[in-house]
Amino acid sequence: MSNEMSNNGVVISESTAPLPAGVTLPIYMDNHATTQIDPRVLDTMLPYFGKVFGNAASRNHAFGWEAEQAVEKAREQIAKLIGASAKEIIFTSGATESNNLALKGIAEMYRERGNHIITQVTEHKAVLDTCKKLEKQGYRVTYLPVQADGLIDLEDLKRAIDDKTILVSIMYANNEIGVIQPIAEIGKLCHEKGVIFHTDAVQAVGKIPVDVQKDNIDVLSLSGHKLYGPKGVGALYVRRRNPRVQISEQINGGGHERGMRSGTLNVPGIVGLGAACEIAGQEMEAEGKREKELRDYMKAKFEKALDYVHVNGNMEHHLPGNLNISFVYVEGESLLMGINDIAVSSGSACTSATLEPSYVLKALGLGDDVAHSSIRFGLGRFNTKAEVDYVSDKLIDVVSKLRELSPLYEMVKEGIDLTKIEWAAH
Amino acid sequence: MAYSEKVIDHYNNPRNVGQMDKASSEVGTGLVGAPECGDVMRLQIRVNPETNVIEDAKFKTFGCGSAIASSSLATEWVKGKTIDEALAISNTDIVKELALPPVKIHCSVLAEDAIRAAIGDWKKKNSVAETAAVAVAQ
Repeated sequence: MSNEMSNNGVVISESTAPLPAGVTLPIYMDNHATTQIDPRVLDTMLPYFGKVFGNAASRNHAFGWEAEQAVEKAREQIAKLIGASAKEIIFTSGATESNNLALKGIAEMYRERGNHIITQVTEHKAVLDTCKKLEKQGYRVTYLPVQADGLIDLEDLKRAIDDKTILVSIMYANNEIGVIQPIAEIGKLCHEKGVIFHTDAVQAVGKIPVDVQKDNIDVLSLSGHKLYGPKGVGALYVRRRNPRVQISEQINGGGHERGMRSGTLNVPGIVGLGAACEIAGQEMEAEGKREKELRDYMKAKFEKALDYVHVNGNMEHHLPGNLNISFVYVEGESLLMGINDIAVSSGSACTSATLEPSYVLKALGLGDDVAHSSIRFGLGRFNTKAEVDYVSDKLIDVVSKLRELSPLYEMVKEGIDLTKIEWAAH
Repeated sequence: MAYSEKVIDHYNNPRNVGQMDKASSEVGTGLVGAPECGDVMRLQIRVNPETNVIEDAKFKTFGCGSAIASSSLATEWVKGKTIDEALAISNTDIVKELALPPVKIHCSVLAEDAIRAAIGDWKKKNSVAETAAVAVAQ
């Protein structure tokens, strides 16, 4: 048959030429999931696993004083990064705990005033699942939609606030699509209405300037391991004046952390979090610029080499190191399989246990097929231009080969409208 | 998730990738799955009208590695088989051959569906009734 095409020679993933200089495999480019601890941070922590082992709550001997001093230094370092005062920082085990403490603690404390909480659909599960739990306890939760670019509409927020609203919780920057919400405006609106404003700022702190004063933030969650610090440590900022925010403790015990979070402090972790914040504060501006350039360079390479590339989320209000992109007509998991020496994430259902594609991408109104094709790149402090080149070239190669295999790509190229086909859903 | 060696082999070197002339009376085309489910398979067969033997098979798949492997394997298996022999291929054979984990069983089901859809299309084109096909095979 003359018009029969054969691609028996398709080879998806072959061992290619020797690696370029400066590239070693595997490459880590999933810095929204976690970050590698900065060696400088690790160095500051090490003594606190050894000789300096005191309990920061031991008030009557030098071992305790030394530990306490280290903790208070870290508190200052963290506060400085976000424009807070040291007394407003509460140490926790991480941002999931911080979010739980903020939402449950405020809901409980202000129950007399009202029972309404406002959040948004693209929050992290640490906020969404906590809200669901609060709903079971009789609280009313409004989940604001987002627009196609991932930003909430401030008018929606204005309309949602009523006389029973006690708390608004909107994340600073999204962990999947990197979109930065209009935090200062949201905070201003909340303050005008006398509502407490909490933000999950895990992806933002240390990456972009965050200032609790300018941003009108009352309560803020952050985590160590997202900014080149250790895992298992985080903090909650709780505003002490204008307005003073009170939080019902969720863990009872020795009354640590001004009674808001009992439990012996994780001194090495806290020291590491402090050091990580100090370094981030010093390097953020230059590093953000560097990552943004690399990100834009990678994006341009994809857009030049491939058709049907869909960039997800507003690119103006965007974390410098984030690129969430759909290589349409190629399924995400099969793409990850072809780049198994590169660590990135996909919003494809096949990469999750639920067989549902990313709820964040779906909230943007993307078709499931576009969500299935998405890859999240998370550039970080330790990624190099050589790595970005290697990763983008490899991606372009594998996407091209998988498209040779894709009946959808072939049909679209032939001018067939995929939406007109009656697909047999399964 | 760890993939079996056979899945990786089919993914890296997919067999019988391509397209045949849909309009040809000798060709049967099966298009199954849906983009929003993350899996679409197109499997085509070319049948010898004299012998009812599938002489060639081609596929294209949008889906995960297991879906690609399942459809690639399906094309290998149907080649050289009669229509009725091909209809006897079941998804559990594919699961076994590729050592698919439980979450990937739907990929094998889709591959079986694709074989059946391609054969159904060929039968429809050639006005082969179900019973007639069986008679020929016997």
